[in-house]
Amino acid sequence: MDSARNKELRALACRVRMGIIEGVYHAKSGHPGGSLSAAELLTYLYFEAMRIDPANPKWEDRDRLVLSKGHVAPALYSVLAHRGFFPVEQLKTLRKNGSMLQGHPSMKLTPGVDMSTGSLGQGISAAAGMALGAKLAGKDLVTYALLGDGEIEEGQVWEAAMFAAAKGLDHLIAMVDNNNLQIDGTIAEVNSPYPIPEKFEAFGWNTVSIDAADFDQIEAAVARAKQWNGKPTAIIAKSVKGKGVSFMEDQAAWHGTAPNEAQYGQAMEELREQLALLET
Amino acid sequence: MAEIQKTATRDAYGKGLVDLGAVNDKLVVLDADLAAATKTGMFKKAYPGRFFDCGIAECNLMGVAGGLSTMGYTVFASTFAMFAAGRAFEQVRNTIGYPHLNVNIGATHAGISVGEDGASHQCCEDIALMRTIPGMTIVNPADYQEAYTAVAAAAAWDGPVYLRFGRLALPHLFDETYKIEIGKGVQLRGGDDVTLAATGLMVHEALAAAEQLALEGISARVLDIHTIKPLDTEILGKAALETGAVVTAEEHNIIGGLGGAVAEALSETLPVPVLRVGVEDVFGASGPAAEMLKVYGLDAAHIVAKAKEAIARKR
Repeated sequence: MDSARNKELRALACRVRMGIIEGVYHAKSGHPGGSLSAAELLTYLYFEAMRIDPANPKWEDRDRLVLSKGHVAPALYSVLAHRGFFPVEQLKTLRKNGSMLQGHPSMKLTPGVDMSTGSLGQGISAAAGMALGAKLAGKDLVTYALLGDGEIEEGQVWEAAMFAAAKGLDHLIAMVDNNNLQIDGTIAEVNSPYPIPEKFEAFGWNTVSIDAADFDQIEAAVARAKQWNGKPTAIIAKSVKGKGVSFMEDQAAWHGTAPNEAQYGQAMEELREQLALLET
Repeated sequence: MAEIQKTATRDAYGKGLVDLGAVNDKLVVLDADLAAATKTGMFKKAYPGRFFDCGIAECNLMGVAGGLSTMGYTVFASTFAMFAAGRAFEQVRNTIGYPHLNVNIGATHAGISVGEDGASHQCCEDIALMRTIPGMTIVNPADYQEAYTAVAAAAAWDGPVYLRFGRLALPHLFDETYKIEIGKGVQLRGGDDVTLAATGLMVHEALAAAEQLALEGISARVLDIHTIKPLDTEILGKAALETGAVVTAEEHNIIGGLGGAVAEALSETLPVPVLRVGVEDVFGASGPAAEMLKVYGLDAAHIVAKAKEAIARKR
């Protein structure tokens, strides 16, 4: 992509981060760390890769995304809002009684959410089912799944990986947000799923390893996945948990904690500064 | 006397899928390496392009079923009851139940009548597990025709349906004109002294029990409660009011199944004695199905005894 578009996308990712912080701060709970690490991946998908229509969120031939790491709903909601599925202002209702923005995604309540998720390991199976359905219908739509690196400790992920390869679901693209942290520590310490690309390759997948914050690399990885060689593709994206907010970066403690008022102020100030640099 | 035809409800399931597949090209069937036993193999043979074997991975099976259903397909996902409701409970709850997707779960080999395979495969908890999922519909047919017509009924039903089928061949109760109506119980025999509300293969035992009770001058009403959720509280309430005592009968733990559902419903509306015939909160064991059903009290004799006890406790 050209450098101007790259800069635009970085600015969008920064706005997405601000939406994440707004939501989690007003909810006084939620998962900022893994939401911030996935900001570029989701921004790229919804602003570049996916064939979608915010005015017609149930359009049959749209590309799908299953947020298998459903706890990063604040990131998905922020991207959907900035993409025009609903007003950005609504992000402040996250997790509130009566809000359509549930703690974890609900396809019944939120326009643009393609599958209800939240219980780890299950989303990728649903995504495989969608990819199977598209293939059966002869549609060339793409199904994306975003997984956490801790999430792939779930056995069901590998059941789904085996299934997707066995059925030749090459229009399934899984992204693993490899921020290296889960609640109890680093994923290597807790129950290491490393090496990740080798595991997916052993299950019959293509893999591409990239930097999750680099839009050029994300674009190249998606382009490689779209060579449609009969295999599903896993994009293993090395990321930084809490990225964009200095005191949250690489801290497991910010997995599921909301900022207090002072921390909220500082986070928003940092993000505004980053945005100002990108929008000059 | 002409010999009574006997067929397993799982055979009706397979035939129902094949016949529905002929008129519904959006029908897709998934299995987990048990197609020969669940009878989805019949559909696989007829429509190989619309059958997918997910292998021995039931959690993924349910997730795939959920995702596939969002693409406009009528999905049936099959495996044994133990794995459908047991192993994959949380997948059914979160990926199918919570988004209220049109996935039909064809669970076969439910209950003690699995026989020789023993306790690990004799699922007597599935109705209880599925009942607790909001919006889940549970259908446990009593014979071939009821099971056969349950396939199309489930496909047309809004939201997830858990279809419970057995391994054993059962006598045919209904002729070809009968069509199951989900949520509506069927009165198979009139009676005023006691109601025998049964589901699945226990409907046959309830009918036999009513015959025996009649010989002793006791008039028993027999209800086929094929749908455990939503429960037909109308037919049950009327029966409770008119007979004053109820015995439930099911091939399932007495906790949380039909007996639990009926007791819950009647205790809030028309409290009458409700006694439950079922597996009395124990694990099963290996043995020929017919013998094991007797060992666990799943027979007419046990229903007769409970019926008398229920009548004696009427106020």
